[in-house]
Amino acid sequence: MARTLIHLPPEPKRGEVIDIQVTIAHPMETGFRSNDQGVPMQRDILTHFECRFEGRTVFRAELHPAIAANPYIAFAWRVEGPGTLSFTWEGDKGFQQTETVALKVA
Amino acid sequence: MKHPGAALSLCVLAAVASSAQATDTAPQARRSGTEFMSPALRALQADPAQNPAQLWVKDGEALWSRAMPGAKACADCHADGSQRGMAARHPAWDERLARPVTLAERIDQCRQRHQHQQPQGPDGPELLALAAYLAEAARGLPWAPSDDPRLLPWQQRGERLWRQRMGQLNLACTQCHDQHAGARLGGATIPQAHPTGYPSYRLEWQTLGSLPRRLRGCLVGVRAEPFAPGADEWLALEVFLARRAAGMALEGPAVRP
Amino acid sequence: MSAALTAHPTRRQMLAAGGLLALSVRPAAAQAVLEPELREAIARWCQGAVPQTGRITLDIAPLVENGNAVPVTLRVASPMTPTDHVREIAVFNERNPLRDVVRFHLGPANGRAEASTRIRLATTQHLVALARMADGSVWQHSLEVIVTLAACIEG
Repeated sequence: MARTLIHLPPEPKRGEVIDIQVTIAHPMETGFRSNDQGVPMQRDILTHFECRFEGRTVFRAELHPAIAANPYIAFAWRVEGPGTLSFTWEGDKGFQQTETVALKVA
Repeated sequence: MKHPGAALSLCVLAAVASSAQATDTAPQARRSGTEFMSPALRALQADPAQNPAQLWVKDGEALWSRAMPGAKACADCHADGSQRGMAARHPAWDERLARPVTLAERIDQCRQRHQHQQPQGPDGPELLALAAYLAEAARGLPWAPSDDPRLLPWQQRGERLWRQRMGQLNLACTQCHDQHAGARLGGATIPQAHPTGYPSYRLEWQTLGSLPRRLRGCLVGVRAEPFAPGADEWLALEVFLARRAAGMALEGPAVRP
Repeated sequence: MSAALTAHPTRRQMLAAGGLLALSVRPAAAQAVLEPELREAIARWCQGAVPQTGRITLDIAPLVENGNAVPVTLRVASPMTPTDHVREIAVFNERNPLRDVVRFHLGPANGRAEASTRIRLATTQHLVALARMADGSVWQHSLEVIVTLAACIEG
């Protein structure tokens, strides 16, 4: 399980547009580098990120090798109410990880 | 910029009999590497929601309280709140090893002796996590490395290395980082090289790394043969750099280009 | 032969430094001439729509110290209502090995058409950001980013 950082206001108001910022530890190996011995390093990147609220997609990103290591993504979301926010990353080598936040509303 | 320790460090510098030269960075003119960065990178460093080093801080925080198999957790010996001063008072003298130790080495020693863990070196995964956690705990404190007089010979050796031309480029550290700090080398701005932000997330490394790693990069950069791993020269340099930066605010874990 | 660098910068070094400073304040071209491969990537994404300049801004430092992680924010002026919102934002580059950088899929649920990330830039180059709206219109913003490289190569 890769380390993640998820930042969002702890108790926003219903209807408020909040910023959600997420980071995940991942090398995002581009596939264009060679190691010290000159051997090409295989591509290993995250390719998708998706945020869902109560199962419905509210934001999606397609990532390419041009995204920096330890990818950081920030986006806005209008708070619909209390519920579960889920954050899913997918990528090469069958990578898949989901983190959830139980959102309380002020 | 705060100068809370500037007066103190002036006295300390006088007391430790350094061979100060006219081209050295004056104590009151010391500026952190943060000030040499672009606004975008400074913003990245200042925001915990964006600073990638926080991935390690979070890890370190969990590690601090986790009991190792058959052993204790760091928190079992170190009272809550004591984390704050740890980074600020290193390098310190180690009685058992009869030489100075950096914070990273102290952590490595503790993990071996009290938690039955293998030595990792300063760039090992748990080492970096704990160093990042303790760096953040000390943020804002003036760096106050131990002034135990037994560190002085190490500090003086470090200073000699600082002034010694090295490598195919035949450059001494002081030439760039004292005489030409603020100028550009290629497209990069030369900082004064006060390691107040370590461990740092260096964009060049795309990961968090230690001061020894950075120093090794400096030697390679002037095309010098790096000192052997574990050589006294690395420690001497760190002791000198800490004394040179004494009184400056700690700001780890930082972001650097 | 090892040449010892003198303590004072040579005239050439100072001219280079001054030239770099001048380059960094060059205004972004409103209609830059882009490489063919980049133009093709944009055309494929546009799916026949002709991009107009405006509404979207690509917020990025004009001069970048290290191309490994460059913060970037995309913003589109849009009320983000069910009938008037941004559906997709795409960023393309000119000089990396691949033209694609990132694509963001949005909708009314976002409330604000904004997304940030950190990207890799191999060298100084043009970047193009495009927004596709609910009504099918496409808007673009292109600019040039100057990327300086590390002075000391690490082993």
